[in-house]
Amino acid sequence: MAEPIIKFDKLNKWYGNSFHVLRDIDLNVAQGERIVICGPSGSGKSTLIRCINRLEEHQQGHLWVDGVELTDDVKAIDDIRKKVGMVFQQFNLFPHLTVLENLTLSPMWVGKMPKKDAEEKAMIQLKRVRIAEQAGKYPLQLSGGQQQRVAIARALCLTPKIMLFDEPTSALDPEMIKEVLDVMVEMASHGITMLCVTHEMGFAKAVADRVIFMDQGQIVEQNNPHDFFNSPQNERSKDFLSKILGH
Amino acid sequence: MATDMTTTTNMAAPTIAGKTFAPIAARPAPVKTEGLVAWVRLNLFSDVLTGLMTLVVGGALLYVIPQLLSWAFFRASWLPNFEACRVDGVGACWGVVAEKYRIILFGRYPFEEQWRPLVATALMLALLVGSCTRAFWKPWLVIAWVAVLALFFMLMYGNVLGLSKVETDRWGGLPLTILLASLSMVMAFPIAMVVALGRRSSLPAIRTFCTIYVELIRGVPLISVLFMASFMFPLFMPQGFTIDVLIRVLVGITLFAAAYMAEVIRGGLQAIPKGQIEAAATIGLSYWQTQVKIVLPQALAMVVPSIMNNFIGLFKDTSLVTIVSLYELTGALSLALNSDANWRPFKIEGYLFIAMIYFAFCFSMSRYSIWVEKQVNKGKAR
Repeated sequence: MAEPIIKFDKLNKWYGNSFHVLRDIDLNVAQGERIVICGPSGSGKSTLIRCINRLEEHQQGHLWVDGVELTDDVKAIDDIRKKVGMVFQQFNLFPHLTVLENLTLSPMWVGKMPKKDAEEKAMIQLKRVRIAEQAGKYPLQLSGGQQQRVAIARALCLTPKIMLFDEPTSALDPEMIKEVLDVMVEMASHGITMLCVTHEMGFAKAVADRVIFMDQGQIVEQNNPHDFFNSPQNERSKDFLSKILGH
Repeated sequence: MATDMTTTTNMAAPTIAGKTFAPIAARPAPVKTEGLVAWVRLNLFSDVLTGLMTLVVGGALLYVIPQLLSWAFFRASWLPNFEACRVDGVGACWGVVAEKYRIILFGRYPFEEQWRPLVATALMLALLVGSCTRAFWKPWLVIAWVAVLALFFMLMYGNVLGLSKVETDRWGGLPLTILLASLSMVMAFPIAMVVALGRRSSLPAIRTFCTIYVELIRGVPLISVLFMASFMFPLFMPQGFTIDVLIRVLVGITLFAAAYMAEVIRGGLQAIPKGQIEAAATIGLSYWQTQVKIVLPQALAMVVPSIMNNFIGLFKDTSLVTIVSLYELTGALSLALNSDANWRPFKIEGYLFIAMIYFAFCFSMSRYSIWVEKQVNKGKAR
């Protein structure tokens, strides 16, 4: 098997001195793999993916992303962040910039790309998430679903190898969830490595190669979606699935 | 259909289930809501208490305004003649302005050379108005600032091109006020931004330094800062080494204003959600790129009203430099009146005159701030 693109080795993290949020995480993610992470709130699933681009620091163990170990080395962190795109629950678009400016910011200032090229590239991504006609608007003038699609396009502008999604549909009205999931399904078909924290089990069944279930900072169970949903092994995952699929 | 129904109701008393149709009584016509009478009724006499207040306040105004007008205009003396002002029954003595306006506006600047501060002030005002205009927000505006400031100092100080030398301690009046206010604003603003960021820095040394600076400066009155800049600073300097008093005072005001402004800006920085900084991090922006492109634009947009509040306060605070014998507008007025016993009694008129000048500047700044707010809040309009 090829070298994994993300490798967690006995990773531990605490918030403050007392709250042990990640316990002995061992996880290998293969290039192009699509992983859905689920679990009850407070189980550490957001923290897990936020460690990958160092929005959170771990205190013990090791974490390699694309062959580079994450340490306090700022330069390594910058390099990794260029390879890792992230989409947040609250979109986190920059409200004082237009949609197009949100997308061109990083290519122009980090990638030193000329403005014209950056805009061309941005428009390609906006077309990909089917929102090109809104390029001149400000984020707050868009609906939640549209904002989240812009956020996805912004992350794609860096041509990342890895995409992290932190509950991308949790802040959306039900009728907007589909438009965002459609975009994510389309992305998944392009072979990008995806780690997605979500409770959208339909999405998990449709695109995930692997489902990871976390509870109390540990990876409790992982399996392919078919087996995970049909015959969960662990008591806690059974309980969780019965609650989330029960209604 | 509609016509059918009308015809039905118009027909004489149709009966439903044996009851005779009886129309309800016509409602009264609606109260008129347009026009002067309606406006007065709605806004001034909507109920008993409001009506009473209207009568009391209206009566007081009717009593005061005619007296004020009479004093300020009808009975006023407009000639620069103090004898005429002392006649019984004469109101305001605007002659004091006509007589003393050149000292009020230009202070102790040599009388026959006063065209120089006039031109310098006009240049400076043009530069300030230009800097506030969107069309001029181009890189060459910086060059314009350097050029105009150089011209300003050349005209005021002289000693070149056949202009006689005028020491800075003789500068005064409006040019001094404008110079002190605009330069300290322009310099204090960037310092304030850096200090505000510094107080939120993760490096303890920087954070402590910025906190001490803000707390020290905020803890003392501006007058004492000016006093130290003017009188104490030279004591610590080696013999024969001097810095011009104008520059020392300018630095004092700038540092003072920056400390206050830094706290206002910090308030704006606190209001930026953490998600914005995280998003900037994930797209690879460095600390400074994040601050300059993401955090500061949003933080400053939020604090425009408070910053303008500081600017207006600063403009008026320049009047305190009188304490160190620099005669800006307010100081120049005292100078003009105190030096002349004949005109000394007419301080009210003099102060009203410079109050109007201050108001014109401050009100313009206030209106400009509203325009800036509209510009920076464009993204929030839905």
